[in-house]
Amino acid sequence: MVFSLWWFLSPEIVFGEDALDYLEQIKGRRAFIVTDKTICGLGFVDIVVAKLRKAGMEVQVFDGVEREPSVENVSKGAETLTQFAPDWIIGLGGGSCIDAAKAMWVLYENPNLRVEEINPMTELTLRQKAKLVAIPTTSGTGSEATWAAVITEPKERRKMELPSKQLIADIAILDPALPTLMPPELTADTGMDALAHAVEAFASTWSTDFTDALALKAIKLVFENLAKACSNRKDRQVRERMHNAATLAGMAFSNSQLGVAHAMAHSLGGVLKLPHGKTVGMMLPYVIRFSRKEAAERYADILQNLGVSTGPGEDSADVLASTVERLMRQIGETLSLEEWGIGREIFTNALDLLVERACESTLPALSPRVPSEAEVRKLFEYAYEGRRVDF
Amino acid sequence: MAKFPSEAWIQLFKEKVNSNPEYAEAAKNWEGDFQFIVTPDEALDRELIFYVDLWHGKCREVAVLRSREERKTAFTWRGAYSNWKRLISEKRDPIRDLLTRKFQLEGDMIRIMRAVRAAQELVKTAASVPTEFV
Repeated sequence: MVFSLWWFLSPEIVFGEDALDYLEQIKGRRAFIVTDKTICGLGFVDIVVAKLRKAGMEVQVFDGVEREPSVENVSKGAETLTQFAPDWIIGLGGGSCIDAAKAMWVLYENPNLRVEEINPMTELTLRQKAKLVAIPTTSGTGSEATWAAVITEPKERRKMELPSKQLIADIAILDPALPTLMPPELTADTGMDALAHAVEAFASTWSTDFTDALALKAIKLVFENLAKACSNRKDRQVRERMHNAATLAGMAFSNSQLGVAHAMAHSLGGVLKLPHGKTVGMMLPYVIRFSRKEAAERYADILQNLGVSTGPGEDSADVLASTVERLMRQIGETLSLEEWGIGREIFTNALDLLVERACESTLPALSPRVPSEAEVRKLFEYAYEGRRVDF
Repeated sequence: MAKFPSEAWIQLFKEKVNSNPEYAEAAKNWEGDFQFIVTPDEALDRELIFYVDLWHGKCREVAVLRSREERKTAFTWRGAYSNWKRLISEKRDPIRDLLTRKFQLEGDMIRIMRAVRAAQELVKTAASVPTEFV
């Protein structure tokens, strides 16, 4: 196969112990920090503010980012940001904070644009007023390395995937001290998000040699470190490996895109307000088995990379899905919506909208096996009951 | 076999669209007509414009237009002849071709981004038309 014209985008990545010190070297006048109250409470904001002040900058903090930020939430933040007129925007926190920072940045530089109008076909004006630094405090979102933001429309119960080549941080700072305060459940959820990013990026029909290398490394790092990170939050080395894995996976999927598991997880997030890491991790084994034929070789490559062998009569999808499920059990993740405690009635009432929202996503179309609407419905039903995908 | 681009080709395309259940499902909510503009390059010496009216998984009407002004449409999909040839003959991903600026699209991008699978099915349908390129 010869690749058709494509590209690889990445921010400057600053990593390792004391990586936050890099903020002291940034040149500018005003920095605007986009974060949430939890991050403020953990003391991270004070550290970042101090370093920016040391660089001679005036600093303002917006700590009002909601979990799964809405259009209204980012519009409100953008108003405050515009009044402050910074030349640096700092997204500090999990995926919600970094995505919110990206969306506010767009509105600051393109005041006549609506958030939902961000798309990959229309060039955005960015970096005329400010540049973006992304500092993840969780190890999973990958948003620090991607050229997209996920913003919700609560009235429509929709999570919008908003990609644009310009919508990428100038600098991503990966300081391993930041994720050490994540509790085990959040570590598990975000780690599964990173794994799903890497697996779907590797299986995507848009994958390339560049994204493959990153995805395989990310997958290996997750399998080697996620369970350890959940059981011992203070192990800096393990935390650093997971933090790097998340960004590697982000770099991979941003340039090769994702698949059905993410489309379904975004739908579950928008319609039932379920947290992303948990839902996408849960969907992953179902989607791996769904693409058993089309992605067999890709899954075999992943298993080889992990040093997992397939027995006689076993197919690579089954072995990979089971390997993922074992990891999920080890870190306390649930394998079905029913096991999670989602009521049957709630699920049944939401099913039509869940299917509609998942099918609206651009992501299934890039999957190795593109599901029909009926197959998306069936995947949701199987994921509810915890049934092994056999179609 | 029909020559691309020509009136005969677009009529065959319409027939293929209307007998494709995958397209019908993927585009069941789609409402919007297009101008598909084939711009000249080294292999084609004049511009050719197709009018294609797509409505809820079916193609209601096709025509060859004399100019871009002849009909106002919700969407315009424009690209050089050689890019159209590769899109159809190699079943390329239309969204990827848009991202890499092989084609230009005008219209409501939000609607297009929610209809990626329909766009892919449309390309597959075009690829199924027995085609002779100029």
